[in-house]
Amino acid sequence: MTTFLQQLVNGLSLGSIYALIALGYTMVYGVLRLINFAHGDVYMVGAYVGYYLSRRLQGKEPSLPNAILVMLGAMAACAIFGLLIERLAYRPVRRASRLTLLITAIGVSLFIENAAQLVFGPDPKFFPSLAPHAEFMVAGVRLTSEQITVIVVSFMLMILLRFFIQKTRTGKAMRAVSFNLDAAKLMGISTDRIIATTFAVGSALAAAAGVLIGMQIPKIDPLMGILYGLKAFVAAVLGGIGNVPGAVLGGLLIGTSEVMVVGYLSSTYRDAIAFGILILVLILRPQGILGRVTKEKV
Amino acid sequence: MRFRLLFAGIAAAILATVLACSKAGTGNEILVGEYGSLTGGIATFGISTRDGSQQAFDEINQAGGVLGKKIRMLVEDDQSKPEEVGTIVTKLINQRHVVAMLGHVASSYSLAAAPICQANKVPMITPSSTNPRVTQIGDYIFRVCFMDNFQGAVMAKFAADTLKAKKVAILVDIRNDYSVGLQAVFREQFKRRGGTIVAEQSFSQGDSDFHAQLTQIKSTNPDAIYVPGYYTEVGTVAHQAKELGLMAPLLGGDGWDSPKLWEIGGEALNGCYFSNHYSTDDPSPIVQKFVQDYKKRYNNQLPDALAALAYDAAKILADAMTRAGSTDGGKVRDAIAATKDYQGVTGTITIGSDRNAVKPAKILKVENGKYLLVETIAPEAVKL
Amino acid sequence: MKGALWAAGFVGVLLLLNGLFTGTLVPGVAMPPYVLQVLCLAGINVILAVSLNLINGFTGQFSIGHAGFMAIGAYASAYVTVAWGDRFRAATGFLPEFARDGALLLFALAVGALLAAVAGFFVGVPSLRLRGDYLAIVTLGFGEIIRVFILNIDAVGGARGYSGIPKLANFFWIYLFAGITVLVVSRTVNSSFGRTLIAIREDEIAAEAMGVDTTRSKVVSFVLSSAMAGVGGGLFGHYLMYLHTNSFTFIKSIEIIIMIVIGGLGSITGSVLGAVLYIALTEGLREFSQYRMVLFSLLLVIIMIVRPQGILGHHEFRELFGRRRRAPVDPAPLPPAPGS
Repeated sequence: MTTFLQQLVNGLSLGSIYALIALGYTMVYGVLRLINFAHGDVYMVGAYVGYYLSRRLQGKEPSLPNAILVMLGAMAACAIFGLLIERLAYRPVRRASRLTLLITAIGVSLFIENAAQLVFGPDPKFFPSLAPHAEFMVAGVRLTSEQITVIVVSFMLMILLRFFIQKTRTGKAMRAVSFNLDAAKLMGISTDRIIATTFAVGSALAAAAGVLIGMQIPKIDPLMGILYGLKAFVAAVLGGIGNVPGAVLGGLLIGTSEVMVVGYLSSTYRDAIAFGILILVLILRPQGILGRVTKEKV
Repeated sequence: MRFRLLFAGIAAAILATVLACSKAGTGNEILVGEYGSLTGGIATFGISTRDGSQQAFDEINQAGGVLGKKIRMLVEDDQSKPEEVGTIVTKLINQRHVVAMLGHVASSYSLAAAPICQANKVPMITPSSTNPRVTQIGDYIFRVCFMDNFQGAVMAKFAADTLKAKKVAILVDIRNDYSVGLQAVFREQFKRRGGTIVAEQSFSQGDSDFHAQLTQIKSTNPDAIYVPGYYTEVGTVAHQAKELGLMAPLLGGDGWDSPKLWEIGGEALNGCYFSNHYSTDDPSPIVQKFVQDYKKRYNNQLPDALAALAYDAAKILADAMTRAGSTDGGKVRDAIAATKDYQGVTGTITIGSDRNAVKPAKILKVENGKYLLVETIAPEAVKL
Repeated sequence: MKGALWAAGFVGVLLLLNGLFTGTLVPGVAMPPYVLQVLCLAGINVILAVSLNLINGFTGQFSIGHAGFMAIGAYASAYVTVAWGDRFRAATGFLPEFARDGALLLFALAVGALLAAVAGFFVGVPSLRLRGDYLAIVTLGFGEIIRVFILNIDAVGGARGYSGIPKLANFFWIYLFAGITVLVVSRTVNSSFGRTLIAIREDEIAAEAMGVDTTRSKVVSFVLSSAMAGVGGGLFGHYLMYLHTNSFTFIKSIEIIIMIVIGGLGSITGSVLGAVLYIALTEGLREFSQYRMVLFSLLLVIIMIVRPQGILGHHEFRELFGRRRRAPVDPAPLPPAPGS
């Protein structure tokens, strides 16, 4: 039983990471109806920014203030990075066909991955210890400080996001734009700015996920964004794309099922499970768990 | 119809213009091809191998070369992608006209290249591919290291007799033939020595999250965990195992041997053991001279087993060419096959009729960033 | 009659070129093996690009799973040759030596194409109900599932790769099938079925309203495309003599997409051009291989921003020779408004 609980903890911590990344996908899809393929790579860039920042701060003892600094630094850097991507690559093609948008997104993603391999080097790097390591035993289950940090920070960020979307004016504007972009424009909302903000916020969350994963699993490499990004996308679809709580639910579900499959079945199916879930969802309930069916108007 | 022919013509023209003309060696040089992974997940293997071979060839060239000519090593990188191996090996053979091939470290890649070398009658020596199938491909394929059916038995003996382990868990890289082969031998040999395998978990090369597998392993309370993978994953496994409170020592094979192993796993690796081809602790004068020369050449770095094996492979190739008196593929092949009692850095090397080398293994213990020689196990010792 | 003459001429030219290139025709005269290899890989790329264009470019269904079908074709045909090759050769003992190899190759390719087509059916039916972005992700997912599935089959080598495949494919066979692929796709596109596909691409709902069974048409196009990808894969395996699932990841699918996007999504000649350009640039830039993908991805984005229709757009090369082909669904210009 304790093993099962331990696996559950493993699953929650992995799932929180997926949830953070999935939020970015779901928000961007909500406002632009675009699957931002490059989002997973923003997550990767966040991890690397965190890596270089924490190397800068090294020499001193791993400490909490340092960790927070690294996290905020990575989030800020990626927010700007997300803005750049939107401005340079997506805005020029925003009015083009869906196909063009999709191909552009793929192109941007490939570009970031390969440029990262050039700039950072293709060999994996290893995150230094950020916060002091501690362990707690609860009901026979061992919780590491890294896992607790991941879960707690993720949930904090998700709650902050929910507050932002529900209670602030910008959040309301974001919701309006995802409902109907043209109508929002007519109501006087600066859609360009809202879209930019959406990208910035989504990218910041992805960066946070990148730093958190660096703390959990010390290995980072330029192609880490591909698989994590795809699985996070599946999580967003599972929960209902465009739906913020759905993304969180989806992320936790995908993370937990992945851990359970690897632990109890075989690791061969680790990646296939996410795709399997995706195919099932799209065939059986394409609007996701929390999504609503939208009729396509001609 | 017209446009199709026109296109064929244009295509041929484009291709003709972008292709480099084949650079055959100048008459004064012997060209030897070396293919390896210089970038990617097993990059240190490729870099060490290249450096070891290069050192050997430079020493030979300084002493006058082979048959009056200098040896030039042409290196190609497969970026840790086995599907690239075919292209680069073909290029080395057909475009650069190399007379012999050195490589690969990893068995999967050797298995991809060997058929091409065999078909083109280019002798190939792999310095460190340990999977038995590599040399079975053909009579032009040789190796200068021991094989996994020996290596697995070595660790089984060490675990059972020296560590007195009764229950061992296995964590295998199922995408990797080397890992799969090695653990199969270990499992069989360990059971024959009275031990039990209490858990079997798997991962894939490139994975970075092992919490799920390690949690399952922990629940079976093993005395040791056999992780016959490559250094990148092993280091991460060690790190996460300690995090989960798994105190049993990790055991492994020569895929651990990399300066990066400690960088990745850190203190989590203290008290872990792996089987290897040689040790920098070995007091023998040949080994120490090699280590000192290597350190001088390469920035005070200690040579790992891959560099040592590559050094031996290169020297044996040159020696074979000298004995054959020619660089003709067939004659060199015969000379390599006749190699007997060659005093190498990694031991006395005799190439058997199956084109493999029979050598003892060393058990190394990881302790604070150093790999210490703990035991030497000869082939006779593992016979039950 | 005229068609048969053209076909015979084409086959004859290929045989001639093949003999010349491989040095069997004129002793001492041969193309450098490396150049020949690049040429052959280009031919295989043409098959893949043109077949993908059928579904992506002409039917407008964006699939990123093409590599999966290529893999099925490759592994299935390789298995046929490796496992049943001897028995087949024994059974066809009545044929002369050189014909036996050809027959074996054709048989293997047929098996590969068939299995790829079946896979195309099973992937297509559930996926093609989905809209653009979702279809892309689902096909990507299926492609990866196929790849992981093959990776776990030990009989075809698993993680160490499938070696020992006899080199049955050469310049002749590859370019013969390239020609066949171009012919098949060109004939399909210019038929009434082809116009159905283009109608689906232009406006699926309108097509449905006009009575087109869109799902059936899409699936047929998808299955045809997958079968041809299977042939491409089979030739790939029988040329390189070695297969590894790492060659069939979604990166490969994306590479084929790059080829057809550069050439022009609605143009067969565009795909041929894109395929050739891609391989030429890849090999030419081998020295700078680390910059290669950076350049290609940048090129992709720039093309999307500046000229999304690619080099040839909807045009075919033969239009330059005067023979105007019937334009795709082009709305007739509206009559001038009254009073202007």
